[in-house]
Amino acid sequence: MPDWNEPIRKQLADLKLAPAREAEIVEELAQHTEDRYRELQTGGVAETEARRIALDELNGHELLARELRAIERTDAPEPVVLGAKGKGHPLAGLGQDLRYGFRTLRKSPGFTAIAMLALALGIGANTAIFSVVNGVLLRPLAYPDPSRLLMIFEATSEFSESSVAYPNYLDWRRESRSFTDMGAYRSDDLNFTGAGEPERLSGEYVSASLFPVLGVTPFLGRNFLPGEDRQGAACAVMLSYRFWKQRLGADPNILGRVLTLNAMSCAVTGVLPSSFRFREMAQVFVPIEQWNSAELRTRESHPGLRVIGRLKPGVTIEAAQAEISSISSVLAREYPKTNAGAGAKVVRMKDDMVGYIRRTLLLLVGAVGFVLIIACANVANLLLARSTARKREFAIRAALGAERWRVVRQLLTESVLLSLGAAAIGLLLAYWGTSLVLAAAPGTLPRSGEIGIDPYVLLFTLAVSMVTGILFGLAPAFHSANANPQESLKEGTRGAGGGRHRAEGVFVTVEVGLAVILLAGAGLMMQSVWRLLRVDPGFNTRNVLTMQVALSPQVMASPPGIRLAFQQLLARVAAIPGVQSAAVTSVVPLGESDSEISFWPGAGPQPAPDRMTAAMFYVVTPDYPAVMQIPLRRGRFFTDRDNLASTPVAVIDDVLAKHIFPGQDPVGRQISLIVMGTVQIVGVAGHVKHWGLDADDTSKIRDQIYFPVLQVPDKFMSAGVAGLTLMLRTAPEPLSLVSAVRAQVAGPTQDQPIYAVQTMEQIVSGSLAQRRFTMLVLIIFAATALLLAAVGIYGVMSYTVTRRLHELGIRVALGASRQQIAGLVMRQGMRHAAIGMAVGLIAALALTRLMAGLLYGVRPADPVTLVAVTLLLGGIALPACYIPARRATAVDPVVALQCE
Amino acid sequence: MEPPAIDREWKKGSAELLLLSLLDALPRHGYEIGKLIEQRSQGALRFHAASLYPLLYRLEKRGWIQGRWVEKSGQRRRRYYRLTAQGRKVLAAQRQGWQMFIEAIGRITGVENA
Repeated sequence: MPDWNEPIRKQLADLKLAPAREAEIVEELAQHTEDRYRELQTGGVAETEARRIALDELNGHELLARELRAIERTDAPEPVVLGAKGKGHPLAGLGQDLRYGFRTLRKSPGFTAIAMLALALGIGANTAIFSVVNGVLLRPLAYPDPSRLLMIFEATSEFSESSVAYPNYLDWRRESRSFTDMGAYRSDDLNFTGAGEPERLSGEYVSASLFPVLGVTPFLGRNFLPGEDRQGAACAVMLSYRFWKQRLGADPNILGRVLTLNAMSCAVTGVLPSSFRFREMAQVFVPIEQWNSAELRTRESHPGLRVIGRLKPGVTIEAAQAEISSISSVLAREYPKTNAGAGAKVVRMKDDMVGYIRRTLLLLVGAVGFVLIIACANVANLLLARSTARKREFAIRAALGAERWRVVRQLLTESVLLSLGAAAIGLLLAYWGTSLVLAAAPGTLPRSGEIGIDPYVLLFTLAVSMVTGILFGLAPAFHSANANPQESLKEGTRGAGGGRHRAEGVFVTVEVGLAVILLAGAGLMMQSVWRLLRVDPGFNTRNVLTMQVALSPQVMASPPGIRLAFQQLLARVAAIPGVQSAAVTSVVPLGESDSEISFWPGAGPQPAPDRMTAAMFYVVTPDYPAVMQIPLRRGRFFTDRDNLASTPVAVIDDVLAKHIFPGQDPVGRQISLIVMGTVQIVGVAGHVKHWGLDADDTSKIRDQIYFPVLQVPDKFMSAGVAGLTLMLRTAPEPLSLVSAVRAQVAGPTQDQPIYAVQTMEQIVSGSLAQRRFTMLVLIIFAATALLLAAVGIYGVMSYTVTRRLHELGIRVALGASRQQIAGLVMRQGMRHAAIGMAVGLIAALALTRLMAGLLYGVRPADPVTLVAVTLLLGGIALPACYIPARRATAVDPVVALQCE
Repeated sequence: MEPPAIDREWKKGSAELLLLSLLDALPRHGYEIGKLIEQRSQGALRFHAASLYPLLYRLEKRGWIQGRWVEKSGQRRRRYYRLTAQGRKVLAAQRQGWQMFIEAIGRITGVENA
């Protein structure tokens, strides 16, 4: 038979086809020519003549070469052959890799689905946590040049960041040169009347300078003028966008309209933009000079005023701190009675908002990183198992001259494809997961409105998935690329190769180790929350209903009227069936609010501020201990006869008693309260954990003083009354009485609304919200880790059994018992798990120390938690090893050996 | 009787349609296609390798047909071509167009449509 290839190749030589393409064409045309040649011979043509005709027809007067040139040269590709030495661009053939990768993944949908799901969990969790970190910690505040915004606090020995006395703020603002300007604000609720039902609005008293300092331009109208922020000026008001839109129907002619707030007529000067997120709850903003209170005029009082300054360009935060400190020390010399020992502290506004949560979020970032590593280890294991199955494929490529790097690249392309697909699913998981967790723990995170999926989050997810894909693809890729083609081809399908099994073992160990760390973290958080829930707060949290009450503007006119109104209100509410007792208090324990007062023992003259002690100050009605079930240790509580006509009295808690009167009976002794004067102690009550179930023990102010509402002097009555909370002890479920209470509080004039209704149990659980959030997220991560680790162990063991079937068969044939076979397999699996647990425990001991600040009542190295975690993981690892081991015992030696 | 010669240009114009039509029923290899054209046209049409294969490659490049090496027991492997979905649409359109063309020619020249 003549050789056709050579003459054909000669005809094609000029075309410079890609080698693979050329070979294909040559083969096809040779086939054709051969067919034609035989046909001619069958028809009686002589051999040489037949050969000439066949070749002539093929050549067709150069027609073939001409035609082929037109077709095959149009986009003459780089001669790319898998494994051929890459000429030119290093990424040549990437498209081919991608197409091939797609096809391989599509061919094994089961593997692809499982691997993608594991990765999607890991990438999704990372994206979710990053979107939180991005929104809360990384994204700058939504003001122009936000890094120059500073909070300025007063600093005393007791409080490093105390609220500011208004006259001090005015002096700071006038004297300092480091700031372009300062602004001040103070939150307060305002009564909104004259537009249907009376309403309690969430409001802010702000200095006229505040919005310009923040750099906010109103959506409608204008900011306050300095002239509007002056004592005696006509009241003006600015509205939040939401309030204007929802409550006032987005009235376009709102400017100049007059709203009645706290019985003042306030003209609307502006509406803030919808993007304005300062004090998110606030509905209305009123100039601070409109706050009609003596507290605004004294340096003694620190009525929750907060100050923001904008640094001048070029001034450092340290220089600003030094200047404000020196102004404060001048003030301390000038007003020793009120300002002695009071300094100042500046803090970046963003740090003030989010600083306290940074640690928690970074902890979660670490934890979620572990979840991803576990997912990677899992998928790497799957890929390893697969790479063994694909050994022949790679061996053939290597035999055909594929370079190692080229095979590695092909495999990495596949794993990156896998992780990109997982990232798409993960993004969805993150989107749902974030909104789910935020909904489950509302109010836990500052700036939660800014959490979402933005371009940075997308970029992060993309980067994570690329890195992940390369990371988990690397080991299997190199394993495959290193395979000795000769060995692999000879060996058939039953692979060995120690490297792969070592890698498998390492992956299982890593997974188990990381799962131990995550479980330990979650376990410690659970223990903390559990212990906190069992802490005795000093009162009975069950069946207590709390709410804010806005008194009718009519009764607010006179202090005696206010007292009378409260007494009548309490009598009406107490008569509701199901209400066991009712009281009013100025401050609710474990809530957001606090109120301190400085005092000194005896009736002597007021000492310097640094010689006085601060105590929590509760202004209450006589039934307060009955509602809260606070135990009375000595003496008595108040009665209705403790009024303005009788001696001023107070009840102290046992902490103050031990602190000021150690070893003595305080009942009958005197203490003096700043502003209020000297009072006689009539009783000692149990201590209440005001600052939180966890924080109270370590807080600086723990002394507590109770003072009767009926003895509050007239001049403080209307100011003090604004924040009073109504507290009821109920027999039935507290929230079932809300409508009855609402009806009774409304009063004869039907203009006293209740708001902010909460049960005491809700307040307690709210005080633990941040810890519960951390716990919840860690539990989710730990559960994921546990699941992935279990799947990982099971997968590796199953595969091991399949691979060793032949060997196990021989063992059975040689007389090994079923127990021996099972034990052999189990020992191998449990050894990896045990090493993982040991390494994990050591790492957990080191890492959980980082979360010491988040724990309560449990040490980071808590043996109970660590033992429990180990048992749990062991309990999961055992069945994960046992099931494959049992399968191994079912080996039929005949079948196993037949596989040869 | 010797069949009348067919103009080279006519052959060129109809070549694509012929190839697609032959692949409509089942996949075939190049030599078979060439033979079938010759047989069914009773020798009036003949495609040599020099023109047949470039045409096949062109159609393949356009995505109308797809070649695939097939090994049948005891034979050397051959490249079989099959019609793609796109090729099937092209074939339908070309058939219709050709039909109209022939009718138009027939009405003008008076040649009866066979």
